[in-house]
Amino acid sequence: MNDLVYARRKKVNALMFALTAVCATLASGTLLAILGYIAWKGGSSLSWSFLVNLPKPVGEHGGGIANAIVGSAKVVGLAGVLGIPVGVSAGVYLAEYGRGKYAFSVRYAADIMNGVPSIVVGLFAYALIVHPMKKFSALSGSVALAFIMVPIVLRNTEEFLRLVPGTIREAALALGVPRWKVTLFVILPTAGRGIMTGALLALARVAGETAPLIFTAFGNRFADNGWLNPIATLPHTIYTYAISPYEDWHNQAWAAALILMAFVLVVNVTARLWLRPRLT
Amino acid sequence: MAATEIDMRPMSLPAESSATPKAMPIAMSVRDLRASYGAASVLKDVNLEVRERTVTAIIGPSGCGKSTLIRCLNRMHEAIPGATCDGDILLGDRNALALDPVLLRREVGMVFQRPNPFPTMTIAQNVAAGLVLNGVCDHAVLAETVEKSLRRAALWDEVKDKLDAPGVGLSGGQQQRLCIARALAVEPRVLLLDEPCSALDPIATGRIEELLLQIKDQLTVVIVTHNMQQAARVSEYTVFMLMGEMVEYGLTRQMFTKPTDKRTEDYITGRFG
Repeated sequence: MNDLVYARRKKVNALMFALTAVCATLASGTLLAILGYIAWKGGSSLSWSFLVNLPKPVGEHGGGIANAIVGSAKVVGLAGVLGIPVGVSAGVYLAEYGRGKYAFSVRYAADIMNGVPSIVVGLFAYALIVHPMKKFSALSGSVALAFIMVPIVLRNTEEFLRLVPGTIREAALALGVPRWKVTLFVILPTAGRGIMTGALLALARVAGETAPLIFTAFGNRFADNGWLNPIATLPHTIYTYAISPYEDWHNQAWAAALILMAFVLVVNVTARLWLRPRLT
Repeated sequence: MAATEIDMRPMSLPAESSATPKAMPIAMSVRDLRASYGAASVLKDVNLEVRERTVTAIIGPSGCGKSTLIRCLNRMHEAIPGATCDGDILLGDRNALALDPVLLRREVGMVFQRPNPFPTMTIAQNVAAGLVLNGVCDHAVLAETVEKSLRRAALWDEVKDKLDAPGVGLSGGQQQRLCIARALAVEPRVLLLDEPCSALDPIATGRIEELLLQIKDQLTVVIVTHNMQQAARVSEYTVFMLMGEMVEYGLTRQMFTKPTDKRTEDYITGRFG
């Protein structure tokens, strides 16, 4: 009897173990499948001239996405400049000073913001900037992306500041150092790597956002032209090219996707490697 | 126990040996100090006088309010949400509770239970931190202070060749001496130590006790300890606390040989606690 129960238990165990293993493979396999497929489809259209040339008119073969690469760099860069300081400062507030209802509602709002569909954020930036200025612009795209970054950076900053042991804070206070200096020169540097890693990951995350850019940055077939004009970005270019009827554009969309993926992957891996030595 | 009774005892005792102090002037005094965390009362009318350039040990079982008491002395209790204290704490003739806590802490430094060097700083930067963060940037002054403080903390010979190595790379005992050096660098008049050796082995503990006996020539030391032998070895005065009350305060020799209170005797002889 006991042997029977034991044998059954072994079987169930093996079955469940196999099931979890299959699911784990499925989960990680998806990433590999996407990467592989994009590399295969995009690799063939990728060339130096694709990276450094502007798009050609429809019907003419070739051309590149230099404007989208520059545009993405600008839009995402400005989004970082706008969003990271706000997110980090708010995170400092929550971790170091925030108590009570106000802090609770800020934290709660940030968590909800994290779940707001990005297209809604795009609409908000449209109403806030595009509509009053009567113009699509790189600036409005950056603002939309910055809105997405703030809650991510905020929560990450707060988490890493909380990892700094209270004893470090006490040590600095006991030296007769004012609170703000303790936070700025002792606590922030201690959590520095984690905070910067979080900021990098947030940048990588918004670099791939398409929806908020559709009616803000809008896209542009020409070279970048300042902050207050429509601008091409990688994800938006991929979107436009992919739904076009032209075979040539389809291939270029795959190549652009490969570049975007490579960028996101490099930033991710760098950020994670950088974080590893401390505060993990 | 009335405050006046306590005040007189150290002065009226005969100077029997080198461990028996001449009555030094009073560095800090505590009058009717009460402290609580939220609704929980942890200190009940504590009266205490800490004499200059002596070592005063605070002993007592866990949770008796020892740490709270010394935290109140430089107002580090304010870093704990909900902690409050009232009564009088005098530093010399100034009311410590009315001073700017930041300035008070420059005169009354603190070393904690666990060594806590700043993880992003080198050994030298750790020692200089208190000065640098308060705006001193003269390199010659800083270098001199680093050496002087490390010498006073009996750490100089071990680290003089690696001042630019991270402070957290040192052993536990060295880290704690680094923290003492860091606290000494801002030239406090009083140094509070909250169970500084509880995370250390006996050899590291011995080094710290030695250095305490050396630095007390220049400043006042108050040490909280769980270890009664340690209190007996390093201190001239001992405070015994129990459940938030100061049960007995007097010369260490006296307290460990002829305690006046039954509860002190029970604790010291290991009958409880």
